[in-house]
Amino acid sequence: MHIVVCVKQVPDTKIIKINPKTNTLDRRSAPAILNPYDAHAVQEAVKIRNKTGGTISVLSMGPPQAVAVIKKSVEIGADRGYLISDRAFAGADTLATSYALSKALEKISKDNPIDLVICGKHAIDGDTGQVGPGIARRLDIPPITNVIEVSEVNKKEKYVHIKRKQIDGYEVLESQLPCLLTVEKEINDIEYAPLPNMINAARYEPVIWSVNDLEDVDKTQLGLKGSPTIVGKMFSPPKLEGGKRIEGNPDSQVEQLMGILMERKDLLKLKTANS
Amino acid sequence: MEENQGVWVFIEVNDGKIEGVSLELLGAGRKLADKLEVPLSGVMLGEGVMPLANEVIYAGADQVYVVDHPVLKDYRTESFMKGVCTLAEKYKPEIFLYGATPNGKDLASAVATDLSTGLTADTTMLDVDIEKRLLEASRPAFGGNIMATILCKKHRPQMATVRPKVMKALEMDEGRKGIIIEEELELREEDMRTKVLKIVKDVTKKASLAEAHVIVAGGKGLGDIQGFQLIHELAEVIGASVGGTRDVVEAGWLKHEQQIGQTGETVTPKIYFAIGISGAIQHVEGMKNSELIIAINKDPNAPIFDVATYGLVGDALDIVPKLIKQFKELSKEKGGEMSYV
Repeated sequence: MHIVVCVKQVPDTKIIKINPKTNTLDRRSAPAILNPYDAHAVQEAVKIRNKTGGTISVLSMGPPQAVAVIKKSVEIGADRGYLISDRAFAGADTLATSYALSKALEKISKDNPIDLVICGKHAIDGDTGQVGPGIARRLDIPPITNVIEVSEVNKKEKYVHIKRKQIDGYEVLESQLPCLLTVEKEINDIEYAPLPNMINAARYEPVIWSVNDLEDVDKTQLGLKGSPTIVGKMFSPPKLEGGKRIEGNPDSQVEQLMGILMERKDLLKLKTANS
Repeated sequence: MEENQGVWVFIEVNDGKIEGVSLELLGAGRKLADKLEVPLSGVMLGEGVMPLANEVIYAGADQVYVVDHPVLKDYRTESFMKGVCTLAEKYKPEIFLYGATPNGKDLASAVATDLSTGLTADTTMLDVDIEKRLLEASRPAFGGNIMATILCKKHRPQMATVRPKVMKALEMDEGRKGIIIEEELELREEDMRTKVLKIVKDVTKKASLAEAHVIVAGGKGLGDIQGFQLIHELAEVIGASVGGTRDVVEAGWLKHEQQIGQTGETVTPKIYFAIGISGAIQHVEGMKNSELIIAINKDPNAPIFDVATYGLVGDALDIVPKLIKQFKELSKEKGGEMSYV
């Protein structure tokens, strides 16, 4: 079983700051981390490999320092890693990103055919969730998004059973292999990395490919040039006026609030014991 | 590109009913279509969905394309994508909107790849530049601290997924007339690589947040998981549902499905208590359309006060226990329990 996990290095959006004057991102303000959903994707690959055996490769696209997220993936349990890094990839939107990654996956597959691709549901810096299904379309394999459980992997008969989160519950799907999954965080808990993994990770040097290392690439489909969407403008959302402040000490504030709530009979009513 | 015309909305059907977000998009799409002076069309796929076509018209469409086929009984990316791409290539819309539901996002991502066009995710504001015929799809970016307007200048259709409950549906007008176009599509079950084995509805989940009348939501301002207990207590006393911010969910104080915001649930309750929540756009996008918003926060400059109907500046750990006590006394006095209209 050859599982490839696509991972992304992202700024930690919990800490990131926006320059209010220029409305741009102050990237120095946030540490770069492995996208949290992708960590769950690697963990799920480890769980599957523990049952089926095989190899886990991780693939990332980004600047040279994105090697860090591949090392992190090795720490979780991946066997090898590939980074595609080139100026030609810069400025890519989701369409151009899925194109570049699919070209790298085709190359990886030549040496060792891929049975399963796993991605995080989305990256926390873009929040789109569009790259995973995009890769699947380009490789012509079924995409299954919002996965909360991989309940069966049948290597011999080449199928998987998947629980997929739905708008009001979940569904169980069967898919032929190879296919592509995008996983939710609830799919697993990230386990503490065993010491040997940490040692491996520290020493690990991933394979780095530039655009010229990939085959049959149409360069017009890469990076900024290959991206149909652009950011028109950035703005702080229209400032809302806000409502009334309820002033005073906590006792008085609570009393005033209760008064207001009791008057809003259209929203709130008291049910007596008998009604 | 000039030949592309018209605004399309993907109509999502679940359990024989049109999803609310699809009706909202017909409302939003109507405005865009009127500005551009083009027809608004619904695109509906499924098995036995034909009887719903009129509803699409009543909700604002001028026409509706229907593909009714046994292979389309349950949503699958491969079958729906084939149907939608075939129609889009045949009729060439200039704008195509989808609800940002699990299926809507899945479908739109696949369709955008096959049509080699741009797709904006989780849009919360839609407008159109009439002169350039450009869709202006805006969404919170970078974890929701700022808004970005995304444009797709050279590719058609311009596509976007739109968050549920941010656009307004029109009143159903049963007198509205439109055209229903039934499309034949060649689909064979043998060609499918996926199968839906089972669909499990979790009714409680939907009822708990998305349809709750009152929500008590907490943020990191409550200090720790012990402090967060106050949220559960208050909710218990007034019979409300519990929600929280992304930070709180990531800290493990709450389950993922209780996250409210851009990447969680969008909610529109009658009353929303925002307690110890600073009000990052990420969160506000998921609750700003609540009818009455009560915010409690230590920081008088917290952005949550900008969306709140009533704001209480103070320590939640002081105020909330007093609030719980008041509600408890009230229900004892009246000999019953709280409920909501």
